[in-house]
Amino acid sequence: MDGSNAEVRTRSGFPSTWKISALWLVPVLFLSVFFFLPLAEITNRSGILTQGVILDHVTWGLLTKSLSFTITQATVSTALTLCIGIPGAYLLSHFRFMGRELLKAMLIVPFILPTVVVATCFNALLGPRGLINDWLMTIYNLQTPPIALLNTFWAIILGHVFYNTSIIILVMSEAWSKLNPNYQDSARILGANRLQTAFKVTLPLLAPSLLSSGLLVFIFDFTSFGVVLLLGGPLYATLEVEIYIQAIHMLNFPAATLLSLIQISMTLVMSVIYARISRGQTLELTPHFKAGRSLADAPVLQKCLGLGILTLLFLIFFSPLIALVIRSLTSYHNFASEGGSFGSGITLAYYAELLVNRRDDLFYVPPYSAIINSILFALITVAIALPLGILVVRALKMPQRINRILEPMLMLPLGTSAVTLGLGLVLTFNSTSFYQASFPLLLPIAHALVGLPLVIRVIQPVNESIPQNLIDSAYSLGADWWRVFRDVELPLLKKSVSVAAIFAFSVSLGEFGATTFLNRPEFPTIPIAIFRFLNQPGQINYGQAMAMSTILMILSILSILLIQITSYQGREGK
Amino acid sequence: MNRLNCVVFVFGLLLASGCSSLHTPTPQIRELRIMTHDSFAISESIIHMFEEENGIKVVFMKSGDTGTLLNRAILTSASPEADLLYGIDNTYLSRALSADLFEPYHSEILSSVPVEFILDQNKFVTPIDYGDVCINYDRLYFSKHNLAVPHDLAELIQEEYRGLLVVENPATSSPGLAFLLTTIQRFGEDGYLDFWNSLKTNGVVVVNDWSTAYYTNFSGSSGRGLQPMVVSYNTSPAAEVYFAETPIDDPPTASITAPSTCFRQIEFAGILKGTPNRSLAALFIDHMLGIPFQEDIPLQMFVFPVLPNATLPPVFQNTISLVGQPAMLSPELIAEMRDGWIQAWMEVMRK
Repeated sequence: MDGSNAEVRTRSGFPSTWKISALWLVPVLFLSVFFFLPLAEITNRSGILTQGVILDHVTWGLLTKSLSFTITQATVSTALTLCIGIPGAYLLSHFRFMGRELLKAMLIVPFILPTVVVATCFNALLGPRGLINDWLMTIYNLQTPPIALLNTFWAIILGHVFYNTSIIILVMSEAWSKLNPNYQDSARILGANRLQTAFKVTLPLLAPSLLSSGLLVFIFDFTSFGVVLLLGGPLYATLEVEIYIQAIHMLNFPAATLLSLIQISMTLVMSVIYARISRGQTLELTPHFKAGRSLADAPVLQKCLGLGILTLLFLIFFSPLIALVIRSLTSYHNFASEGGSFGSGITLAYYAELLVNRRDDLFYVPPYSAIINSILFALITVAIALPLGILVVRALKMPQRINRILEPMLMLPLGTSAVTLGLGLVLTFNSTSFYQASFPLLLPIAHALVGLPLVIRVIQPVNESIPQNLIDSAYSLGADWWRVFRDVELPLLKKSVSVAAIFAFSVSLGEFGATTFLNRPEFPTIPIAIFRFLNQPGQINYGQAMAMSTILMILSILSILLIQITSYQGREGK
Repeated sequence: MNRLNCVVFVFGLLLASGCSSLHTPTPQIRELRIMTHDSFAISESIIHMFEEENGIKVVFMKSGDTGTLLNRAILTSASPEADLLYGIDNTYLSRALSADLFEPYHSEILSSVPVEFILDQNKFVTPIDYGDVCINYDRLYFSKHNLAVPHDLAELIQEEYRGLLVVENPATSSPGLAFLLTTIQRFGEDGYLDFWNSLKTNGVVVVNDWSTAYYTNFSGSSGRGLQPMVVSYNTSPAAEVYFAETPIDDPPTASITAPSTCFRQIEFAGILKGTPNRSLAALFIDHMLGIPFQEDIPLQMFVFPVLPNATLPPVFQNTISLVGQPAMLSPELIAEMRDGWIQAWMEVMRK
């Protein structure tokens, strides 16, 4: 950024230091009260400060082993996620085809599903008696299932790709579709071939989004818990899994806190590196959106390639989801007497059973109230994370030293385990009336802490790329900052804001870990209901867990479509 | 812009409604707050009965699994969140007692509870229910393959049971820990690691949680997995009948309940130190030991009431094989050795 920027800000009426302080005030306050204070509290109570932690060979072994595994799997996962995400983003940003919006909405579904459900999806598809093994065994007349994927390293990687590819695709396709095509065209006219254009022109232009989304994915993989625990099995433990084992099952607070602090510091280091690399890189965009070509009219080679990518996306994302729907509708009536052959018919019994409180259960969760609670928490999460995110993104656009310190801090909640965050919030607030009130407001606040970094990462690259001359002209025409924001910046940000809202919404909808600490039984969410069903034996419980998961899936597709429809309207017309 | 304003308005409204519920004056009804784990379940009528008798409201706070619950209670012991804690079991008991969480309470009903359940002689905690962690097997598989059901853990390392058992990781699952403790009681501290080594050679499958073991790997459940034996509870066959999709009389599964093959988990309730509602909490413990509550336990949580004269539901009487000689280790020994045992187990299994 150059000096003219600061000058412009002063022209808007305030000295830039004042303005940046004003922009940072609320986000910093929010983070201090709901993140750093709880973190300090739990560190203090763990006794690590007074007693220290004994770094014997066991603790040291835990640390080095889990740290090296965490880094290895996160690197492999991120690389594979990029390999699938980038072609997917290209396809979605360059071509029009039937069902593109639906595909975009569906892509984010994995992001929302709680890991118990995802593990069940994968099992229904790839497990020892999953659909694929069943078919292979029938076709080739095999005695044992040929695919043994569950409880392996690659099951973890597959789980991560399934979860995080949507981040790459949504962030990158958003940036790609706004790329000014004149640059590539000029390069081609000046004699560069396709490859040179891609690497020397397109790639540098897309770098901020690529780094942004890639880093987010890396951090998600780095702090992965459920996927590693449920798909990887007992041979693999990331830092996050080890924190859970040490804190909850070994009751070793000092070790758990030490691991927690190490994980948080690593996240900080990654965020600082990210901020350094991405500084000065902006994405050039034009306010005009590319309509995209129709895939049906594309040349044969492109069509084949496009269809290939679509097939891959389908296999990775939709086949597990379809397996889930099939499970929720398949009756296993008399299955034992038939010797375990595949289900014997379609049934709606599990859905119907959801509506019945058969046992007069005090904690019975009617599906509609779980849905309403989940949506309520998700909307409050968006209402908290979005304004905070916009404040931060605006502050980050100003060339101030303070940004370099504050920006990486905002990423830290992503690197904090749900156990640490949830317990910390409880410890800090449990004697306040805020906590004792009947509505668990701390719950969406915790969700917003995790959603905020996503919101920022999604909006920031687009905000950075708003041509400064547009804003300058608006100011010189006499508009005040609010009008500039409302009439110039916001319309350009609109789509990225809606993507950000979708992410914040999704984080909340599927969150389970912190929810168990902060929620009250009167406000059960869908993931909590699913968890309860999966914790008791019996066909009906299993079937209800599948049915509830399917409802969560459909609900998330619907809400995403709704957000997309409301925010894209008006754009198509212009 | 109208649409945006509208969205902002709706968000604002939601936020305001969330905030306003913070300030609604709580009605002046006394509350009894009970902290428990996620698996706790009870009939609505049983709680309403207590609420009406005492003119109070019972508020439950659920907090993850037993380990998480205990952690939370220990960390908040300076300003307890609840009046009563229910759900600590004998594998965590000693740790809870040494953290000095409870106030002693000697319920008069305890005299009708068998002494084997009263593990804390100082009466800081009161036993409420118990469950036996046993190996469950797929009856159809065993009859189809003409395979004898093992009656001793030592048989599990024989060739005919190769790859047939799935167990849970003791570092992440409470039935997994219970099964590890069974093997320690059965083979002794000197022998249990050898047993696990042989079990590993014989293809035992280890997963991290009960749901995966039961619903993914076990062939007797609706998950139709590959292993016909799983570590679960001896009440699971009753749940399979009770929660069958279409009514069945015979469970598809059964449990092995021979001596020293099952571990007994006893769950306790205790009054949290510093509560202003001590007498009310004591009344609730008596309520939990009352016949209606005790008889409600089986079909809600699929464990057994500690009171011998509580009648079990028919499905329990018809399908469950009772455990005569469960494995038990003293809570003090478990508290002292637990980390070391798990660590040693981990080293054997990860080798």
